[in-house]
Amino acid sequence: MIWLTWRQFRTQVTVVYLALAFLAVLLAVTGPQLADLYASAGDDLFGRITSADQTVYYLGLVIVLLVPAVIGMFWGAPLITRELETGTYRLAWNQSITRTRWLATKLVLTGVATMAAAALASVAVTWWSGPIDQAVNSGGTGADPFYPRIDPLVFGERGIAPIGYAAFAFMLGVTLGVLIRRTVPAMAATLATYAAVQIAMPLWVRPHLAPSVDATLSFTQAKPVNIGIDAVREVDFGQPGAWILSEQTVNASGQPAALPESLTDCSSMSDCAANLTKAGYQQQVSYQPAGNFWTLQWVETGLYLGLTLVLTWFCAWWIRRRLT
Amino acid sequence: MSAVLRAQALGKKYKQRWALQHCDLDVPAGRVVGLVGPNGAGKSTLLNLASGMLTPTAGTIEVCGGRPAEDVEQLAKVGFVAQDTPTYASLSVADHLDFGQRLNPNWDDAVARDRIRRLGLDPKQRAGKLSGGQRAQLALTLGIAKRPELLILDEPVAALDPLARREFMQDLMEAVAEHEMSVVLSSHLVSDVERTCDYVIVLVDSQVQVAGDIDDLVASHHRLTGPRRDPAALPSGQHVISASHTDRQTTLLVRTETAVHDPSWSVTPLGLEDIVLAYMTRPADAFRDTRPALEVLR
Repeated sequence: MIWLTWRQFRTQVTVVYLALAFLAVLLAVTGPQLADLYASAGDDLFGRITSADQTVYYLGLVIVLLVPAVIGMFWGAPLITRELETGTYRLAWNQSITRTRWLATKLVLTGVATMAAAALASVAVTWWSGPIDQAVNSGGTGADPFYPRIDPLVFGERGIAPIGYAAFAFMLGVTLGVLIRRTVPAMAATLATYAAVQIAMPLWVRPHLAPSVDATLSFTQAKPVNIGIDAVREVDFGQPGAWILSEQTVNASGQPAALPESLTDCSSMSDCAANLTKAGYQQQVSYQPAGNFWTLQWVETGLYLGLTLVLTWFCAWWIRRRLT
Repeated sequence: MSAVLRAQALGKKYKQRWALQHCDLDVPAGRVVGLVGPNGAGKSTLLNLASGMLTPTAGTIEVCGGRPAEDVEQLAKVGFVAQDTPTYASLSVADHLDFGQRLNPNWDDAVARDRIRRLGLDPKQRAGKLSGGQRAQLALTLGIAKRPELLILDEPVAALDPLARREFMQDLMEAVAEHEMSVVLSSHLVSDVERTCDYVIVLVDSQVQVAGDIDDLVASHHRLTGPRRDPAALPSGQHVISASHTDRQTTLLVRTETAVHDPSWSVTPLGLEDIVLAYMTRPADAFRDTRPALEVLR
């Protein structure tokens, strides 16, 4: 059965692992250079980083972002569905092997390959991006095109979370495939569902996975960075590595209030900050501090692995009950 | 003799429709059983229940003394060549034999390789490139080399041309003689069954019409032709399967265990095809009763 699983999936597995090997080589070659640059430049890293390094940085983000989706579509969806479509499951099920073992072997082997691929990609990219992530968190100047690793744009491409995503995307593909019973629609459904879950996660779930900090800061503690027509949009409160969940400007009595035009019509940010402080306005900020990164990573990975187990159970139940 | 296939009140329902109902069977071991019936009669459903691909909605089915596909031992006892003889298109012929060997404890590799050689299949050829007949032969090879006690074939020759059909059946019969296994095969052509089988099950409209040894069936069914009369007046041992009347003449197809002595009948023997067709064309409401009800025949 191990042999059959390998025989059926060697092409897909080889393609994905070759691409990852290529990525690993690229990162291994360019990584030490970046680490040396950080060691010598420190927080001035962003002033000296090459555009080639920036390209590799974004390439890494994109690849780790895509690995789970690609695996869900091309490994998960066809795994059982293609056997249902071509009728070969009737051949497999009539050899001297139980359906449970047939399913378990397929799921475990391909599932392990899935998680290993995601782990490989994530570890390599996390290692390579380490200097940049550190420089961002310690407030390196000119970090504009780079985001802290706890920010939703980067969070899912670092650490262990991609392993959970990949396992989930894979089982999602298998499950939708078994339900839809046609490979190509199942692949499309897998991509759509996975994308929806990945968008919903940082919007509604992740902010609650670790205790967030709510702070009301005066404009001497929080320097305005961006002032809109009637509110301060963005402040710098000395935590460049934090993930800001929400912020709003409140008046002296602590109520959300629109700023009068007289206060925002000022020649420099420091003038504005002085005006606002004098008038008693403050900024309420809710954020996940940089230190919560690993808590969020573990909880979110656990959540996705839990979902994966639920899908696995459902899939096994469905194949045993509904296909017979 | 032990039963290779035993069903009691077996039924399978898909959503609202019964695909098989009230099925009682007791097929002895060592037979080549033909399962005939029109398309959609429930032949595939019965065979899929026997192989454990489906689970019954009602009743029980026992194959080689166990519940179908219950465990590895049970799976090893039954070979199943599914309809359209599925094979892995991307695997070669040799890969399929490798597959069979790895997944079956009783696998007879010598038999498998010998068959492939005799059939003239190129071991390196991908199964997806084989013709329908060759693919059927490959699937049959997998079924035979598994060395099951019972080999089930669901419409194995449906997609084949007449010549390939005949060759496949001949080849199957040689294998059966060589390996002493029981076979159940379905077909919608009586001629396939007549040539190869010694036991027949007629399935119409999701119910078993008749099941038995072909020689016994031929010996106990007769066509009676004589002056027009009411079939209800027949002796109690004679069951009318079908009746047709002209103005002056009555023709009956009857089942009887004893000889017909009434001198006014002229008695002619029947071929299997006539008997099967008579059961297939019986009126639908006669199906429930295993003894043909005489009043429904008008």
